[in-house]
Amino acid sequence: MNHWYMLTLVGKDRPGIVAKVTAALYDGGCNLGEASMMRLGGNFTIMLMVDFERSSKALTDLISPVAESLDLHLHLDRIEGKLHQHVEPDVRITVYGADRAGIVAKVTAALAEAGLNITDLESMVGGSEDKPIYVMQIEGTAAEGIESLQAAVDVIRKDGVEAHLEPIETMIG
Amino acid sequence: MAILEILTYPDERLKQESQPVEQFDDELRAFLADLEQTMLAGPGGVGIAAPQVGRFQRIVIVDCSRTRKPVPNHGRLFIINPEITAWEGMASGREGCMSVPDYTGNVIRAEKISLHYYDPDGNVRQLEAEGYEARAIQHEIDHLDGLLFLDRLVSRRNDLFRRKVYQPAPDPKQKD
Repeated sequence: MNHWYMLTLVGKDRPGIVAKVTAALYDGGCNLGEASMMRLGGNFTIMLMVDFERSSKALTDLISPVAESLDLHLHLDRIEGKLHQHVEPDVRITVYGADRAGIVAKVTAALAEAGLNITDLESMVGGSEDKPIYVMQIEGTAAEGIESLQAAVDVIRKDGVEAHLEPIETMIG
Repeated sequence: MAILEILTYPDERLKQESQPVEQFDDELRAFLADLEQTMLAGPGGVGIAAPQVGRFQRIVIVDCSRTRKPVPNHGRLFIINPEITAWEGMASGREGCMSVPDYTGNVIRAEKISLHYYDPDGNVRQLEAEGYEARAIQHEIDHLDGLLFLDRLVSRRNDLFRRKVYQPAPDPKQKD
């Protein structure tokens, strides 16, 4: 039986984090599942599905030395694997504008109200320090149809950010 | 007619090159009927290539006439020994494949193509396709060269910046 864990590691970015962490996991008998690893600001973040036959204590003991050597904060949760059940997004929404507090909360509240289930959200702060811009790309499923979301996007645009919706028509060949 | 078994990656046979069709006969047409039935049996498939069912000949079927949202299309196409003779524009779009279950990814394809091919009776045909149908044709022709959409994935993260459609540079006119 599989024992799936979600391993979260966060710390200051530096070269070699992924290689050292995954080598320790492999040497310790782990199998890796899906992962999201990216640099956010000056930090490197890892969210990683790990399949490990032993206890969460044993996995913490396995990964702690390498995490400490790289100054990474470590967090571990027991999860269900549920692989091979991907949800296909059918809509993509891009939002950008001058950075200010509240963009994500307002935009996602309007979209959630209009039936959006988010499968993927990535955002970046670009521009310069004195004129930062916020760019957000959201993918998800439109539970109440594209028209409902388009109406929400039209409202978002009136609030001073650029927002654009496009359907994702996945071509299966 | 029969529903044929779909090869799924990592089956190495999907990476091999297919050979041109030389005999346009009843056996070919019977195979096309089976191939079409196999495509229709799959979930939402708008195209299929012969190597996906283990026949390594340059044969594809594309049918974009029944998409959820209607798109410009030529109906059901039996395409044999295809050659793309012209490409125009670039667009990113999401693709999946019956030979790669439970995974989709973004791929850049030409927006418009000119296609030279043969029909099941061996007649030369020509068509211009655009958008979703052009994408399906390019995806299926890739199968004939042992390529999967996995070979052409682009980053989801950078999609915003790569969606830009570049205008072809004007031809410098040469004077006699």
